[in-house]
Amino acid sequence: MLSIRDLSVGVEGKTIVRHLNLEVRAGEVHAVMGPNGSGKSTLAQALAGHPAYAVTGGEVTYLGRDLLAMSPEDRARAGLFLAFQYPIEIPGVSNAAFLKAAINEQRAARGLDELDAMDVLERLEQKLQLVEMDKSFLSRPVNEGFSGGEKKRNEILQMAVLEPTLAILDETDSGLDIDALKIVAQGVNRLRRPDNAIILVTHYQRILQYVEPDHVHVLFDGRIVKSAGKELALELERRGYDWIRDEVGAVA
Amino acid sequence: MTTPTKTLEALATRDYKWGFVSDIEADTLPPGLNEDVIRLISAKKAEPEFMLDWRLRAYRHWSKLERQAGEPKWANVTYPPIDYQKIVYYSAPKRQGEGPASLDEIDPKLLETFEKLGIPLGEQKRLAGVAVDAVFDSVSVATTFKEKLAELGIIFCSFSEAVQNHPDLVQKYLGSVVPYTDNFYAALNSAVFSDGSFCYIPRGVRCPMELSTYFRINAAGSGQFERTLIVAEEGSYVSYLEGCTAPMRDENQLHAAVVELVAQEGAQIKYSTVQNWYAGDAEGRGGIFNFVTKRGKCAGRGARISWTQVETGSAITWKYPSVILQADDSIGEFYSVALTANRQQADTGTKMLHIGKNTRSTIISKGISAGRGNNTYRGLVRILPRAANARNYTQCDSLLLGDRCGAHTFPYIEVGNASSIAEHEASTSKISDEQLFYCKQRGLSGDNAVSMIINGFCKEVFKNLPMEFAVEATKLLGVSLEGSIG
Ligand SMILES: Nc1ncnc2c1ncn2[C@@H]1O[C@H](COP(=O)(O)OP(=O)(O)O)[C@@H](O)[C@H]1O
Ligand SMILES: [Mg+2]
Repeated sequence: MLSIRDLSVGVEGKTIVRHLNLEVRAGEVHAVMGPNGSGKSTLAQALAGHPAYAVTGGEVTYLGRDLLAMSPEDRARAGLFLAFQYPIEIPGVSNAAFLKAAINEQRAARGLDELDAMDVLERLEQKLQLVEMDKSFLSRPVNEGFSGGEKKRNEILQMAVLEPTLAILDETDSGLDIDALKIVAQGVNRLRRPDNAIILVTHYQRILQYVEPDHVHVLFDGRIVKSAGKELALELERRGYDWIRDEVGAVA
Repeated sequence: MTTPTKTLEALATRDYKWGFVSDIEADTLPPGLNEDVIRLISAKKAEPEFMLDWRLRAYRHWSKLERQAGEPKWANVTYPPIDYQKIVYYSAPKRQGEGPASLDEIDPKLLETFEKLGIPLGEQKRLAGVAVDAVFDSVSVATTFKEKLAELGIIFCSFSEAVQNHPDLVQKYLGSVVPYTDNFYAALNSAVFSDGSFCYIPRGVRCPMELSTYFRINAAGSGQFERTLIVAEEGSYVSYLEGCTAPMRDENQLHAAVVELVAQEGAQIKYSTVQNWYAGDAEGRGGIFNFVTKRGKCAGRGARISWTQVETGSAITWKYPSVILQADDSIGEFYSVALTANRQQADTGTKMLHIGKNTRSTIISKGISAGRGNNTYRGLVRILPRAANARNYTQCDSLLLGDRCGAHTFPYIEVGNASSIAEHEASTSKISDEQLFYCKQRGLSGDNAVSMIINGFCKEVFKNLPMEFAVEATKLLGVSLEGSIG
């Protein structure tokens, strides 16, 4: 589904992601772990097409298309979803209005009919239960005045509503209490289908107790330095990131 | 990659789809202004003596102002001097016979024009729930639902008709809120105004439909000088809407209107405007000079007047819908969205004059500047010493799109007693690249993302508009931004 080959990404002229390779197949969940500043968000943002993150080398194929040639909105319409580490506030625009616009623009791009307000509302209310949010959540402005946990749940709500083909979750688990974490995990598990894939960017192993990854990668200084099965997450939890640093340092 | 800056720079290319000209035979006076012109306008309308007298007094006052100081210079706008002798002060579509025309006597081209503007006047097609007075250049051509409203004692007609049929009411209230001595343009309007709308809501009546006037400038070289007077008697309620468009022309055209509102005890007037006069082109050629005086008086206890305006058009807007809170417990509100793109300039705001005790006022102003637009909020809150326990809340927010536009805020606040409070909040923001990217990541196009963010910014104002108008206003901002992303 997603094939990243030799990808390098720079921010403000500084190379952050270096020669990264990653292969994601339909039905898989990949965990990308790594210490702060290792380039996890940079990778996520570059895949979504953020203009501040400049791709300086490599190729990315998504569903057989050249992802890097697509505009951010086209990537989204092709089913790529990014749950932001720091969700953005849009004052005055209700969650419902925002999601209605998103749903309908994505549908239009796929040649589907526009959903009317009633249809959208029905769909939203259904998904609200998943994130255990009250109906009033829909009339609140997008992320404005939300607590950290509410923002993260809102990302999951949007993901559930938009039903992406490839979801990239950037530390959606950070800063959540155990109940909220379970809700997020549940949202991810619901999305898990043979024709979907998920990249779970995380700093901690905690969420992986609820969402079982097929592959775990360690990102260090912009490179994937280690890939293995879910057992790697536990090892990282036990031993921290320092031993990786030592290992990588020894190789370099 | 499109950034909001680039996106909105491209606002310069926005389309104006109301810019067509109708080919209609007109009865037009030659350009120029003197006492004879005023006598002629008054005679064309077969006005009673008191009207001509009032016009002449206004004219003499205006002439004096013109000789002494000329037009007011304090507004934060720049434009070449206006030659008042080059303006046409009266232009009306020709028609047969006297008195108000019935629908089948109206030139079909006129009906067609209004239909094209989305204001069908014909019996079958007219807008449900909205009574419309359609003003074309200097005269009102039709007023819908007049008879139905009359059953409730509501008078809704053109100003000219009101002068003929209800001279007592006109004489009593004309100039009672905006005297002709008020300012330069109010004096000019009082001298030459040719038509407009008149509404009278009798005691205790809740007007069952929206009343609305649609102003259309068509003739070249003419100015539009209309006057609206709304009187709401004790305990009555009315919601009034005003819309306007004009053809695209390279020369500037002057629109100097006066609106007066009178709300008696416990009455409520909601006055909403969607102003969409032609704004001129990207270089600042052409467009309407919109120099307007709007004021309401809360004359009776507990009266309430709300101004809601969405100003997207005009080359220059100079306008301060105000409320005189004369009676105790009265309420004044001002909700405004002003958009300036290209070379548009707006100097707009409000005045809240607190005279009565326990009077309340709320001001919410949202200024949006794009391109090389220049947007100024100018507001005065004056709480007199005798206005005990008065309250004002003012919020002025500016949204800048791009870095060649300007936003300015001039709030003047005078609190004359210790029991009163005036609060003021202001903010300036930009649409961030992060917001735009977030929307795009959810599949929104850049255009839609920008309109959505702008609509969110304007929400507190839009929610005060009647439903049909809110949709219209949203569409207008959408149209203004259409095609602005490459
Ligand atoms: N928008 C940005 N502007 C400037 N520097 C950035 C930006 N995003 C990331 N960086 C830099 O890139 C490096 C990697 O950051 P990031 O990708 O956020 O790491 P992680 O998500 O793994 O914590 C850091 O040195 C950070 O300062
Ligand atoms: Mg990060």
